[in-house]
Amino acid sequence: MSHGLVLAGGFTAPGPLEFFFPDFTGKSYDQGGYQVLLTKSAVLLVLGAVLAGWLMLGTSRRGAVVPGKTQFFGEQAYSFVRNGIAQDIIGAQYRRYVPLLVSLFFFVLINNLFGIVPLLSFSPFSRASFAYGLTAMVWIVYNWVGIRDKGLGGYLKHTCVPSGVPIFILPLLVPLEFLSNILVRPLTLSLRLFANMFAGHLLLVLFSTGGAWLLIEATGSPVLKPAGVVAFAIGIAIGFLEVIVASLQAYVFTLLTATYIGGALAADH
Amino acid sequence: MGGSLNMVGYGLAAIGPGIGIGLVFAAYINGTARQPEMQSRLQPIAFLGFALTEALAIIGIALAFVLKAKNG
Repeated sequence: MSHGLVLAGGFTAPGPLEFFFPDFTGKSYDQGGYQVLLTKSAVLLVLGAVLAGWLMLGTSRRGAVVPGKTQFFGEQAYSFVRNGIAQDIIGAQYRRYVPLLVSLFFFVLINNLFGIVPLLSFSPFSRASFAYGLTAMVWIVYNWVGIRDKGLGGYLKHTCVPSGVPIFILPLLVPLEFLSNILVRPLTLSLRLFANMFAGHLLLVLFSTGGAWLLIEATGSPVLKPAGVVAFAIGIAIGFLEVIVASLQAYVFTLLTATYIGGALAADH
Repeated sequence: MGGSLNMVGYGLAAIGPGIGIGLVFAAYINGTARQPEMQSRLQPIAFLGFALTEALAIIGIALAFVLKAKNG
């Protein structure tokens, strides 16, 4: 099943290979299918984009002065990102970035929630490459916004040279700031999303396959079958925890994107 | 029973961010309890602090998978 560690008695714990799906040719990763073609994760990603667009269009198409239930829901969701994230963090120029932030939030949220939808039960962002791709876009946007606002030199000075620092500290601080603001930011942004989804999916797989193994195959001790029931119960509890984690990660991703854009736009002190 | 020391190391490394995230949210809850009207102002700050603290744990888990022992 995977290359995880093998416990005494034949249970194979799920490992990172749990996340590799056979691609369209039917070859799995082991057989040399290198997932260049369409896989389950890519299909889910497209489905997530379609669902996010449908949610926004469907709730706003018949706009009325007195909103109905669906329109009210859509407007609440939209204004949560618009007022709660964009306006609070970016400040005066927030309007231009609302479309990006709203679509990022719902795209990430829906894709994360795929992780606990029965039958789909996989979040595309538990594969690092998808998170990298999304973050690359954010990275380009916030750097481009800063460069357009201040010019290349001005933007680099703005992000890398902290103001009010004694001049002899600067040789130490400037490389650090460059490293942290330009290079490490996209890394942590993508790894945060990826690692949370990855760990959550791994936990779910571990508790369900472990519970099934304890219930069906394990022999030798009367404690094992009740332990299997407990494992399933914990797995269900983790499923609920995953709902919280999925929403929280979508919120944090959007919040940090807004923070980076706001930071690139902020006036020098 | 096999396994990887990396994961033990990651468990130890997660203690720090765990304490850090606890401190962030303790301060957030404290602040909200004292001044409930500040809740909407404090929330983004709290989650920003949470995200930055969590970054350490995330770098840890990435490295735990990346740095493989020779016979692991």
